[in-house]
Amino acid sequence: MEIIMSILAGILFTTGIYNLLQKQLIRIIIGTGLLSHGAHLFILTMGGLTDGKPPILTDHDSHNYVDPLPQALILTSIVISFGVTSLLLVLAYRAAKENETDNMDQLRGNDYE
Amino acid sequence: MSNLAIMPILIPMISGIFLAFFNKNIKLSRLLAKALTIGNLVYVSYLFYRVSQEGSIILETGDWAAPYGIVIVADLLSTLLVLTTNIIALAAVWYAPYSLNTKQETHYFYTFYFLLITGVSGAFLTGDLFNLFVFFEVLLMASYALIVLGGEKVQLRESIKYVLINLFSSILFVTTVAFLYSVVGTVNMAHIAERVAEVDQRGILTTISILLFFVFGTKAALFPLFYWLPRPYSAPNSVVSALFGALLTKVGVYSILRVFTLMFPQQETNTHELFLWIAGLTLIFGVIGALSTTNIKLIIAYNVIPAVGFMMLGIGINTETAISGTVYYLVHDMIIKGALFLLVGAVVILTGTANMKKMSGLIHHYPLLGWLLFLAAFVLAGVPPFSGFIGKLLLLQASFSADQIALSIIGLGCSLLILLSILRIFIQVFWGEKDESLKPNKKLARQLSIPISFLLFFSVALGLGAEFFYPTVEKISNYLMHPEQYIESVLRGNP
Repeated sequence: MEIIMSILAGILFTTGIYNLLQKQLIRIIIGTGLLSHGAHLFILTMGGLTDGKPPILTDHDSHNYVDPLPQALILTSIVISFGVTSLLLVLAYRAAKENETDNMDQLRGNDYE
Repeated sequence: MSNLAIMPILIPMISGIFLAFFNKNIKLSRLLAKALTIGNLVYVSYLFYRVSQEGSIILETGDWAAPYGIVIVADLLSTLLVLTTNIIALAAVWYAPYSLNTKQETHYFYTFYFLLITGVSGAFLTGDLFNLFVFFEVLLMASYALIVLGGEKVQLRESIKYVLINLFSSILFVTTVAFLYSVVGTVNMAHIAERVAEVDQRGILTTISILLFFVFGTKAALFPLFYWLPRPYSAPNSVVSALFGALLTKVGVYSILRVFTLMFPQQETNTHELFLWIAGLTLIFGVIGALSTTNIKLIIAYNVIPAVGFMMLGIGINTETAISGTVYYLVHDMIIKGALFLLVGAVVILTGTANMKKMSGLIHHYPLLGWLLFLAAFVLAGVPPFSGFIGKLLLLQASFSADQIALSIIGLGCSLLILLSILRIFIQVFWGEKDESLKPNKKLARQLSIPISFLLFFSVALGLGAEFFYPTVEKISNYLMHPEQYIESVLRGNP
């Protein structure tokens, strides 16, 4: 199971990076979304996927439980990536409107002031 | 176990949220922001005093013991850096009203400013690798908001690249933490350090350490990862540039220093050779950049890069003298970069242009600013007896005794070129024919030079009072070279 998940994370990373290298802003943003999903799946996999019980300590049954730490980390990371992605969408919209292009090639330049 | 350690994070966070309610009332928010920043500075000075007297203060949040819960570790290095951060924050908040226009100020400048301080302080104080990522995100989110404040065309164009680069390196950071978790099974830095020493998988750990180095190197703008830095740093408002230039890259350097002295100290042969190469190349390319442009804000932004090169030099050599050089240079550079960004910002505000070909003879109108820039150039280049000299002296001493003659010569040559790049500003902008068309605004210039002089005072004091500061720096480097002390105090709870 870990191997399948790792391969899935790898596929997400690949497509993410492919999209990141495109010129249209919206594709780049989709790329970052895919990348962060890949990273999240990867964290989950790295904790080890066991078919165990919820990690709640009770008096009788506290063995064979699922490692809670990767889930906590993922939750934090997902929240952050939601926030950043929505900010990036807004920013890209404003930048495209202000600069009248969403092509990364035309978004470079030396003119200041 | 003491709540003292978390207050430098909580005070600015609550201040930021609090000030969000008064965004329309500029006068009130200015006053509150200044008062809260001063309060925070006083508190952090007290914390620094406590830590230097009694040793590290550690907070185990929620009373969960160290490897299981989140820890906040206020040791001498982190509190020193938090103190420096707050000194720069005070100068910036004093400068802000003159630099920002009303629109920018009412669009929650002070909220994001406090959140930036929260993130930076948090990154310095945390004792947990995943929390380091979280605080990185906090400071980056604040910086994303600050960089587009005002929403000009240039700002929007440059911010896209800035956000994308930082987002990519953050994702890589999370992935690396996942890798490290699968190998050592913990995210607590002290616990990682302990486990790394036990685990017998050198290959994978070296890979992870290089990945971490790549992530922090992107934040710290090392060669060849610095290409994103100069333009986004020169695009926003001067006070925002000053905060970025003084704080953000230094968080990356601090993380490299922490990770490679605490967690991966024993693989010198693999990584530290690479660090030295990168340090040399960072120095050279940064200086070339600084000499390549006539935009004064861009010159200062490029000057951030060779400074990081100097600090990397110390981390690469990794002896006690070298690490104390790095720590000294870190504090010195935070202050002087803040001062320089504020200085060129003042010039831009007073003349309305950042192109130095379009101005001349400003010293006739604003003598004080001119001499402050002259002094700042000397401090930055390391002319004795100012603070840059002490840091560079330690670094060069260490590199000579480690037989890195070529790197020492590169360092010395780059110092001269850094001096040249700043003196170019001085000669072009302040010397020469008096520009009669310019209407001088003496009052504004006087007000702008108050926070600049405040920062330069610390720079000069750091150099002239080196005898007084050096024992602390030496103590820090001794502490960093012996990571057992950190591990003991975090995991065993005895500082």
